[in-house]
Amino acid sequence: MENAEKKQLNRFLDNLKVKERTNLLPALLKAQDLYGYIPEDIAEKIGKTLNVPIADIYGVIEFYSLLYSKPTAETVIRVCTSPLCSLKGADKIKQALFEKLNVEDGIPSTDGRFMVESVQCLGLCDQAPAVMVNNRAVCNIDDDSIDLLINGGGPGSKNNYYSDNPVITKRFGKIDPLSIDDFIKEGGFKGFFHALTFTKDELIYAVKSSGLKGRGGAGYPTGLKEQGAVAVEGRETYVICNADESEPGTFKDRIMLSSDPYSVLEGILITAYIVGAKRGYIYIRGEYSEVHDIFTKVIENATKAGYLGENIQGSGLSFDLEIRSGAGAYICGEETALFESIEGKRGYPRNKPPFPIESGLFGKPTIINNVETFSYLAQVISDKKRVVLTQGGSPSGTKLFCLSGDLVRPGMYELPFGTKLSEVINDWAGGVPNGEIGSIILGGASGSFVPEKYWDIPLDDQSLRAVGLALGSGVIMVFNKDRDILKILSDITGFFKHESCGKCYPCQQGTQYQNEIITRLGKGICYKDDSEKLEDIGLTMKDASLCGLGQTASSAVLSAMKIWPDLFEISKGEVE
Amino acid sequence: MKFDRIVRTTCPYCGVGCQIELNIKNEKIVSTVAPESAAPNFGRLCVKGRYGTDFTHHGSRLKTPLIRKDIGGELRKPVGMDGFREASWEEALDLASIRIAETFKKSGGDAFGTFCCAKATNEDNYIFQKFARSTLKTNNVDHCARLCHAASVAGLQKALGSSAMSNSIAEMKNLEVFIVTGSNTTETHPVISTFLREAVVKNGAKLIVIDPRKTEMTNFAVLHLQHRPGTDVALFQAMAYVIITEKLFNTEFINSRTEGFDSYSKSLDKFTPEWAETITGVPSDDIKEAARIYANAGAAAVYWGMGISQSVHGTDNTMSIANLALLCGHLGRPGTGVNPLRGQNNVQGCSDTGGLPAIYPGYQNVNDKKVKAKFEAKWNTNLNDVPGLTTLEMSDAAGKGIITDFIILGENPLMSEPDLNAARHHFSNLKNVIMIDIFFNESAEYADIIFPAASFAEKEGTFTNSDRRVQLIRPAFDPPGEARVDWEIIQELALRVESRLERKESSGFEFSSASEIWDEMAALVPSFGGISHSRLEKEGGVHWPCPDMNHPGTPYLFTDTFPRGRGLFNVLELRMDSEQPTPEYPYILSTGRVLYHWHGGTMTRRSVLDKIYPKALMEINPEDAHRDGFENGQIVTVSSLRGSVSVELKISDRSPKGVVFIPIHFSETIVNELTNDLRDPVAKIPDSKISAVKIERTIMN
Amino acid sequence: MLTIYINDLELEVEEGSTILEASKKMGIKIPTICFHDRLTPPGLCRQCVVEVEGARVLMPSCITKVREGMKIKTDSERVVRARRTILEMLSSSTDLSESPDLLEQMKTYKAEDGRFENSSKRDFKVKDDNPFYMRDYSKCILCERCVQVCSADIQFSYALTTSGRGYNKRITTFYDRSLPETSCVFCGNCVAVCPTNALIASNEYNLKTEGAEK
Repeated sequence: MENAEKKQLNRFLDNLKVKERTNLLPALLKAQDLYGYIPEDIAEKIGKTLNVPIADIYGVIEFYSLLYSKPTAETVIRVCTSPLCSLKGADKIKQALFEKLNVEDGIPSTDGRFMVESVQCLGLCDQAPAVMVNNRAVCNIDDDSIDLLINGGGPGSKNNYYSDNPVITKRFGKIDPLSIDDFIKEGGFKGFFHALTFTKDELIYAVKSSGLKGRGGAGYPTGLKEQGAVAVEGRETYVICNADESEPGTFKDRIMLSSDPYSVLEGILITAYIVGAKRGYIYIRGEYSEVHDIFTKVIENATKAGYLGENIQGSGLSFDLEIRSGAGAYICGEETALFESIEGKRGYPRNKPPFPIESGLFGKPTIINNVETFSYLAQVISDKKRVVLTQGGSPSGTKLFCLSGDLVRPGMYELPFGTKLSEVINDWAGGVPNGEIGSIILGGASGSFVPEKYWDIPLDDQSLRAVGLALGSGVIMVFNKDRDILKILSDITGFFKHESCGKCYPCQQGTQYQNEIITRLGKGICYKDDSEKLEDIGLTMKDASLCGLGQTASSAVLSAMKIWPDLFEISKGEVE
Repeated sequence: MKFDRIVRTTCPYCGVGCQIELNIKNEKIVSTVAPESAAPNFGRLCVKGRYGTDFTHHGSRLKTPLIRKDIGGELRKPVGMDGFREASWEEALDLASIRIAETFKKSGGDAFGTFCCAKATNEDNYIFQKFARSTLKTNNVDHCARLCHAASVAGLQKALGSSAMSNSIAEMKNLEVFIVTGSNTTETHPVISTFLREAVVKNGAKLIVIDPRKTEMTNFAVLHLQHRPGTDVALFQAMAYVIITEKLFNTEFINSRTEGFDSYSKSLDKFTPEWAETITGVPSDDIKEAARIYANAGAAAVYWGMGISQSVHGTDNTMSIANLALLCGHLGRPGTGVNPLRGQNNVQGCSDTGGLPAIYPGYQNVNDKKVKAKFEAKWNTNLNDVPGLTTLEMSDAAGKGIITDFIILGENPLMSEPDLNAARHHFSNLKNVIMIDIFFNESAEYADIIFPAASFAEKEGTFTNSDRRVQLIRPAFDPPGEARVDWEIIQELALRVESRLERKESSGFEFSSASEIWDEMAALVPSFGGISHSRLEKEGGVHWPCPDMNHPGTPYLFTDTFPRGRGLFNVLELRMDSEQPTPEYPYILSTGRVLYHWHGGTMTRRSVLDKIYPKALMEINPEDAHRDGFENGQIVTVSSLRGSVSVELKISDRSPKGVVFIPIHFSETIVNELTNDLRDPVAKIPDSKISAVKIERTIMN
Repeated sequence: MLTIYINDLELEVEEGSTILEASKKMGIKIPTICFHDRLTPPGLCRQCVVEVEGARVLMPSCITKVREGMKIKTDSERVVRARRTILEMLSSSTDLSESPDLLEQMKTYKAEDGRFENSSKRDFKVKDDNPFYMRDYSKCILCERCVQVCSADIQFSYALTTSGRGYNKRITTFYDRSLPETSCVFCGNCVAVCPTNALIASNEYNLKTEGAEK
């Protein structure tokens, strides 16, 4: 008695080229899509087909937020509760939905038609507050659109980008993003062909001397990655594009992949050419379903046009690119956790060393870069003359900045490095509507509050590092003077509590207690050793966590404690 | 939790010989751990060693000697414990010695059948066979290996002159290629199976499973050759055919270490893989692949169990494996070898210490003049130089009235022997049955006098595990009630019988410690010369052969030579002597163990282990079940020409089509009432893995 | 052989050693929690972290291999704070009453028991679903040794898994089935490596609770 879902799933499993653990997440996502959850017997079937122990499969399902072991509903409404959406009224939206649909958070209605769930950042921060209704983003929600979205409508997501001297956004709006011909007409793949005229060493030199650094947040010099991978020549090597953009405040990769996807592909190809990789992956977060659709077409078109597959454009490079979907885990943006995810496991980061260049995906040398980095790499190599992105210490070149919060014009801005922070906020994003800047966070939820004396700081690595700040992925969150800092921190710490993978003690435990204390403080209840406790927790996470998530989960709190110490201490008249 | 004491000893269950530490509180085992630095298990245990030693405390432990109430009666009927009365040691020992002496005076040594114990210590067994040989002048000495690895022993004796596992457990996790055949290792030797699986997962080892059943080991195998039961020789000979025709054999090894290659290789002409496919059902390509993997390996080992040995062709099966090892030179180096996985905790020791009809301790032949003289000198008496009978032959002889007395140490023949209805009939013909055991079991129902003995946790001594490692056991508490240590009981009995037979000189039954017993034996057995209890205290365990105190012991054998000199290639024929399925009895019944229980169930049915697996389940293939209209959980009646049992069905794809499997542990479902006493002509081991049966719905009244 | 410096002491150590191994040889004690010498070190407890000159964060000594000239401090202020806080955090979420090693560490590092308020202290009903051992997850510190033992380090039965994420991570079975319904073979190897008696032989558990009741 095979019903339609079973047939489809069986067909999917039969068609898998590799019936091994690496296809566990694709299989589970397919089952999730067909059944609305993963039933026990389906999990067993997948385990048998892919030769994965079934206990492990349950562990994987229960790790990822988009996979469920119990039934969900026909329509799942995911309400973003991360700092920016929370700022713009996520709580009210949630309550309204609970009332209207007679449900509780995360529990399907008895008739199985609706489920409303609190989720973390959906990458729609410039259009907050936002929700996902099944696969569809609904943004800028107000009281009116709540009824609309319940019935499948409501305003969708837009790409808000601005620049007056675009480098990597120069094709935006000028081309049909899916058209490879448009891309080529506008100078696409010039970098790739240019690269073919250089030796591998020359290419590495070009990348290194360009000063190009990773744009995903860690800022590692791109050229060194290439160099390291070539050093292990002869070994199977992988190229991965990290499109798991989940940092609250970040949405640039969504816009880039929706507007000029082939430029990212070009950067991947150039990298593959340098290191001799035959296979690559682009790991796109599960919630970006539009981007999935776009890039699926991109790969199809590129393959047809001979830009993927065997002997690409006669270059001798044979390279295949596969899309892998995230399943709702911010931690999978961490490179080694991303590898684990592609390998079909829970997204636990690995201890480093060894580094990905030595041992990455499947234990093989791997180059993994952010979307923006690949796009920029294509640009760097396409310029006939050597583009030097750092000159005598001060940076040149552009960066994609994501502006959100209390702003007239939130969105993505391509601006030169070194632009002043206040300029970006006031001149470009229009400043705070009907008010003044109250506070600024640079770097995302994992970033820090910027002390007022630095609001004019030029946005480049050196200047920022000198004052203990970091650009991260280029997130700038602006809050007006009326915003409650403790509420912002409560949302930030709530984000980390939700997203901590749980592997290492400092973060597994620390994110829990940090959030507990901050939330209590937000309610006006303060104990005399709160600062001490927050500092111990924060510094322990910063010093001893296994990965970057834990190491930066307390940055916002620690920075706020320095700027507004009295928020965290008992003052006259308050409860002890 | 603070324990009263922690006692380091050896597990009493299987041939792995795990080192364990018993945590004792209030004279009871509370929990068991394993010292992480101790070989062979390095901290690993299975459920039986971990939780199953509680049988020692069961209320039904024998605490006093028991004498049958109607002893001396004409008809020997089976009776329960209430058919016996408690007696003092004096009375029981005296009565036993009178009856034994009477038999000896009337009929001599040939009237005795004696059963050594593969679970008792080396010291218990040495004393027991010494008693049988020196006091009773009989070589009718045997033990349960007859039902187990006797064919492996016989086959390896013929091929190499040796009969033990050639390589060690320590080598397992570093294997490169290995074959597991006729062994459901994850259930029979769980800790060994973890090392084998580790070799696959961590070391990239290639595993080939050759087994009619889809055992759990197949999940780790690159190849599973699922052959028809009883066709092992065809399969292994076909592999040899491939190795020879594709010139994958080890010429250097064959020339320098073997004999008989020419006639052997000529004899393989008809054993083509294509022909073997018709016999075994295994695709010829798989046979070729298996042969190539084994032959091309730098080092490859073969491990086997009852599937090979418990067969009317068991000796041939073993020799077909030995032929392969000789062909490829996979002997005498780490990661190679011919490795029968011994079942009992001390079955290796039981043979080593002379628990066999044709040998003295140390595999020295009873009909060898020099050897006989050596033992006669030590034991102060003349000895019988005619090899004795094996267990099933003893049973036959009992039926014919030739043997009138059985003396049984820790063994349960009336649960373990095939064709039990016939076996019971033979037993009831006996005139005198004396048993030494820790529990009242199915054979005890036929006994005259029963002596209560000590469990593994109540005495000192040694066990020898499957890879020839001699290890100590230590007492954790006293035996219950008046129970005594086995060798002490046998000593007392022996002294009394000697006295009644008016022996001028005692053969020596005045030992005051297990260590002294070992020392006497070690002086007579060259392979044990370098082993003593004090050395074992220091080193934890020593692999024999170990000829002197400076010798480190021998983890793997045959580095330079085989005991018989050169290894012998044995020419083999395909025989199909097993009981074949018929239209009336269309299924093949296989029997064996499950993880949680041990053999006749004497220990494990009295342990917490019984709670997780309380009854027999018969495994049947899903297609068979569907075709014949059977459902999971259904009770059916399974019958052979010899008997029938009722059993619950478990549908499982572990069973190949046409084959069902019933575990041997349950007295409510005594599968040996169905099995066939058809014996391998050399090893005299019965064909336990093949009987023809029919399955019918049980009609409940 | 390489030269390294631990707490300003110059040492010669074998290449390929971890900092933990090197320290052990020199008699310098570094505390560990999740580390077990028969298992692949997961490096998750972070208790063994040390300060390595040139490294931005503290490095786990159980995994980090020594390099020529490495300068290591095993008890710097950052290290001691991290260890103390880790113990305080653990004690605030989990019942450590039967982990003598952890209790000893808390004394050494002067950790305040239960220092952090916690609205979700781990409090689970003891699981008694088989005849052999109990699972008392209120004591589980999520060191994952049991999962490692059960899977590809020792036993290859794969009956246990970690489930959930973050603070709500927990150890369980496929769809939380009772152990007899899983591939568990009750070898007890997991019980043997549990550092907190979260896994405990039923006999021992019963004896303990009987004793406590008296």
